[in-house]
Amino acid sequence: MSSGVMHQLRNGLWRDNPGLVQLLGLCPLLAVTATFVNGLGLGLATLAVLMASNALVSATRRWIQPEIRVPIYVLIIASLVTCIELIFKAWFPDLDRSLGIFIPLIVTNCAIVARAEVFASRNPVGASILDGLAMGLGFALLLMAIGAFREIIGLGTLFARMDMLFGGEPIQGLVLAEQGWLLMVLPPGAFFSLALAIAAKNVIDRRRLESKSKISRRARKLNR
Amino acid sequence: MTDRPVWKSGITLAVIAGVCTALVALTWQLTAQRIEDNKKAWVERSLKPALAGLFFDSPVTESMLTIQQPHELPGSEAAIVYRIYAGDEPVAALFIVTARDGYAGPIRLLIGIAMDASVTGVRVLEHRETPGLGDRIETGKSDWVLQFDGHSLRDPLPDKWKIKADGGSYDQLTGASITPRAIIKAIKATLIYFESNRDTLFAAPADMADKSEGED
Repeated sequence: MSSGVMHQLRNGLWRDNPGLVQLLGLCPLLAVTATFVNGLGLGLATLAVLMASNALVSATRRWIQPEIRVPIYVLIIASLVTCIELIFKAWFPDLDRSLGIFIPLIVTNCAIVARAEVFASRNPVGASILDGLAMGLGFALLLMAIGAFREIIGLGTLFARMDMLFGGEPIQGLVLAEQGWLLMVLPPGAFFSLALAIAAKNVIDRRRLESKSKISRRARKLNR
Repeated sequence: MTDRPVWKSGITLAVIAGVCTALVALTWQLTAQRIEDNKKAWVERSLKPALAGLFFDSPVTESMLTIQQPHELPGSEAAIVYRIYAGDEPVAALFIVTARDGYAGPIRLLIGIAMDASVTGVRVLEHRETPGLGDRIETGKSDWVLQFDGHSLRDPLPDKWKIKADGGSYDQLTGASITPRAIIKAIKATLIYFESNRDTLFAAPADMADKSEGED
């Protein structure tokens, strides 16, 4: 059982990462990751929607006839996103203003409907929630990583305006440089950063594969 | 099994729609008051800086007036005016107008004007100018927008309401001249409007209904 849990987590965080491998939800990923706090905020919101939608889809999967499943997914996801949007407006108004249209646009994040279709509609509630958690975390961590990367290079700061999430006075964050390389905060910077992240993942995967096959070759030699 | 009756699907869909609607309604119930308070607090918080130094004791949000098109103010949509009082004496008017000729789309401006027709403060509420260049119109990024404080159409004279590069008396922003031009033009137009409409502005009754529905 616990190996199943680990397997699911590994899938979401690395092997099948929705942003890096499935390349789903790229629109919010590219658009909001200009700063770390934006990435974190949208990541958490997406995570919450993904877990809740997986739970609801999985819980109702017995009553959903296949021919009307897509409208039902749309209904469930849209209502959940509306709830999240209201919650953001009520408790994190600054972050809501900063993320703007991208909170309601979580509806269009194909990662969510994909997980409903591929996983939640065929698995029990517990496993579906776990899948939502793993995939959501994978997506959120990627958003945070790209947000941090772009913020450091583009603006020369890190963790600026974290007060939008945690309240209190406006926070400057860590100031690492007086000025940054602007391009990274602009849309092209988003594409560069994502490309670098995907390339890095591929390199790491290939290295791992090579060292694994070396080990197994050596093991075979020894056996002979 | 393939010929499942349509009405069955319909009922499933209706039930789930009902549940989802209930969920949204419940969340709305729980958050509506907070959202309303947040909106008011945000308006008050963002309006106050443009009133620097002036004494007033009226709640800013309760004196809103919407000026529908056609009007002489900058922008092609309705403009918003908040009238600020100390006791019964009017002390200033806050305009929310749109400079349409920014570098990257419209710039929403908050312009405070005292009764003597001098600027009490200008703040940029919304813009899409280039980060690092045009976005230095934000107070968090540079002091550029503070240079208008205390000025009116007599100081400098109307034809000096330009950036220095165009022969005016205001600083420009390095690397961005379209943005400052748009903002200065909008402030000038607002000052002209204020001077010729001062009395009617303060005589008009406030918008009663849906005063917080202006956004979105």
